[in-house]
Amino acid sequence: MWEYVKLVALGLVVLCAAIAANYARDLAYMVHAVIIMLVAGGMFLYTLRTIDEERVPIDHTQYMDGVIRYGVIATSFWGVVGFLVGVFIAFQLAFPVLNFEWAQGYMNFGRLRPLHTSAVIFAFGGNALLCTSFYVVQRTSAARLWGGNLAWFVFWGYNLFIVLAATGYLLGATQSKEYAEPEWYVDLWLTIVWVAYLLVFLGTLINRKEKHIYVANWFFLAFIVTVAMLHIVNNLSVPVSIFGSRSVQLFSGVQDAMTQWWYGHNAVGFFLTAGFLGMMYYFVPKQAERPVFSYKLSIIHFWALIFLYIWAGPHHLHYTALPDWASTLGMVFSVVLWMPSWGGMINGLMTLSGAWDKLRTDPIIRMMVVSLGFYGMSTFEGPMMSIRAVNSLSHYTDWTIGHVHSGALGWNGMITFGCLYFLVPRLWNKERLYSLSLVNWHFWLATIGIVLYAASMWVTGIMEGLMWREVDAQGFLVNSFADTVAAKFPMYVVRGLGGVLFLAGAVIMCYNLWMTVRRSPAKEAETPAMAPAE
Amino acid sequence: MSKTPDDKHEVETTGHVWDGIEEYNNPLPRWWLWTFYGTIAWGLLYTIAYPAWPLIREATPGLLGYSTRAIVAEDIAEVSARNAGINERLANVELAAIGDDTELLTYARNAGAAIFRANCSQCHGSGAAGVQASGYPNLLDDDWLWGGTIDDIAWTIAHGIRNEQSPDSHWSQMPAFGELLETEEIGQLVAYVQQISGQEHDAAMATPGAVLFDEQCSSCHGIEGMGDPVIGAPNLTDAIWLYGGSEERLTESITYSRFGVMPAWSEEFRPAGGLSPYEINALAAYVHGLGGGE
Repeated sequence: MWEYVKLVALGLVVLCAAIAANYARDLAYMVHAVIIMLVAGGMFLYTLRTIDEERVPIDHTQYMDGVIRYGVIATSFWGVVGFLVGVFIAFQLAFPVLNFEWAQGYMNFGRLRPLHTSAVIFAFGGNALLCTSFYVVQRTSAARLWGGNLAWFVFWGYNLFIVLAATGYLLGATQSKEYAEPEWYVDLWLTIVWVAYLLVFLGTLINRKEKHIYVANWFFLAFIVTVAMLHIVNNLSVPVSIFGSRSVQLFSGVQDAMTQWWYGHNAVGFFLTAGFLGMMYYFVPKQAERPVFSYKLSIIHFWALIFLYIWAGPHHLHYTALPDWASTLGMVFSVVLWMPSWGGMINGLMTLSGAWDKLRTDPIIRMMVVSLGFYGMSTFEGPMMSIRAVNSLSHYTDWTIGHVHSGALGWNGMITFGCLYFLVPRLWNKERLYSLSLVNWHFWLATIGIVLYAASMWVTGIMEGLMWREVDAQGFLVNSFADTVAAKFPMYVVRGLGGVLFLAGAVIMCYNLWMTVRRSPAKEAETPAMAPAE
Repeated sequence: MSKTPDDKHEVETTGHVWDGIEEYNNPLPRWWLWTFYGTIAWGLLYTIAYPAWPLIREATPGLLGYSTRAIVAEDIAEVSARNAGINERLANVELAAIGDDTELLTYARNAGAAIFRANCSQCHGSGAAGVQASGYPNLLDDDWLWGGTIDDIAWTIAHGIRNEQSPDSHWSQMPAFGELLETEEIGQLVAYVQQISGQEHDAAMATPGAVLFDEQCSSCHGIEGMGDPVIGAPNLTDAIWLYGGSEERLTESITYSRFGVMPAWSEEFRPAGGLSPYEINALAAYVHGLGGGE
């Protein structure tokens, strides 16, 4: 019966998408309607062909790992795509001729830049968060993912969102809000997927067989709930037409700017910090085989982080139309946020005390430690840059870009790589990784790449800030904007090379993971126990 | 999985275990806690000193009376007051005689350079060398379409070229000869222009081209092709080209004509971001002093 309902629903989606494609007012909307039509059509045919097949009964005493395996693959894939686009646009900035005339309107810097940011944050980071949170919540709750196939819906739904967002950027569908570029119907779809994600996660937590909820799950839950709230408020808009991608924002002027950076900063805070701390809190102690350093610290820094982060957004709008009081509060909360952020680093690093020798032998631990190092560095740099006087130099310069990348490449990238190396042998039931020496190569390539990236951006950012404000004895500006652009060229090349190294490391990782699945000796069959660990 | 307490501190775990993960019951690191308290205390003091807490009607203003807008206004007022005298002199100076006042000329050129970087470099380049491919003139040479005296330059800056903003903007228009002449005739004209500008050319084409030039072009560009800055007709006999002197570019220019525009920069015609009289004079002094001023 359920299968027939599904067929009818899918058929209706195909029909509606076809109608939408027919009446589409712009190319992006039409392409999206066609994509949805094809996906729904494919699912319709699949459902139809398998409608009479016997279902393999699902063993509800087992963890649900299939969706996590797909998540691991998606993370690796989108990672390489996102890094590749990043490298390309880095060279577009150094060599503008790479904005090819024949690809204008599709592959110029302006179109590719949001593709890069969304691919690395939402596709690479998002899939990493999805699959690790599914893995961690099952293990630490000793419960199977709640909701049956809902987890599969979350995975495929989220990746459909990414495809719609990415194709939309290339075709010019954007609401021009940084990190929230997708237009209204893509936002609505993400909302549905995200609510499903929340349900799966909460349902699993409620079914847990452990008395307490493990700290990693607090962070994951905070990430899921807050991102839902941020996403909805920042995307309040009215579509111009039901058959077009354009929409009009609900807020305007400085209110809109403030909403955007309340969202933007907390996308960093809850997506890239809280969520990834959730990953850290499970995978670091597991890989180090040591207890977490301090339960107290995890409680205090969790609540302090959650409470403080949400107020820090105005530091993105110093010296703008934003009132001074809001700017002051944003700065103060950012500075107070320093220690709560560091709490996570301390808890992670100190967990290794008694296991420091593993730094020599285990490149995965080394990746995690370096990622915590970059986490600590960028969560110090962030509060510092939020101070008005510092910000008056750093704002709008490449220093910001360097700051973001030392966090994104160093912290988010490295911890994700560590988790992937941890997960793949376990998920595919292998004894070990294909090659630890390749992990070592990845580690060094990525680390050197990040150092080149961050250092070059510090140099050019500070240089550019100083050139912008340079005045002569009579108070006249010394440099034109074009002079500063010309002066940055060598550092842009260095940055691009750093990106190449980082990308090369990720490609090596993909090869290593692939070979692990293909070649590594299988582990002796062992059913993962789904009982409380005690 | 290890259940032994931390060797050095002899700390117990909390007793919880999740998938083999335990937690030590370590206290908060002291330095961490005190730094955290320190930032909170600093934050409170800072919000008392600076505008911070929103109340019903307005936010607390802070004890220091800090206001970013007031600071900018003060800075601007201070610089304006400091330069008021010299700006006044600059606004009223007889431009042709500005060279007699060395102090004023130095000031004007500095100010003009800064204004140029902010407003003009986007088209003319930060070194003022122009962009030939797009028809932005080079300001470093001594070839002037609309006159190269300092007063001519000031007028061009204030009123611009072929714009709707200023009724007195320079205005001239060359016909698109593609609509008037045969392709072959245009080729002959191109050959003749190449001849008078001293380039390699097809002499057999240039001879009838000379006749055509006399009929069609000389009324603006002059019998000799020397141009006329009064009507903005370029000199065709030198090696300086606004849009390029190659056969291809010349053919393009004659066939379709050109219509380069420059905004009127005077604040009279440009309420937002326009230049005041002393700024125009400063800019004129700068451009005039770049090397080619007459």
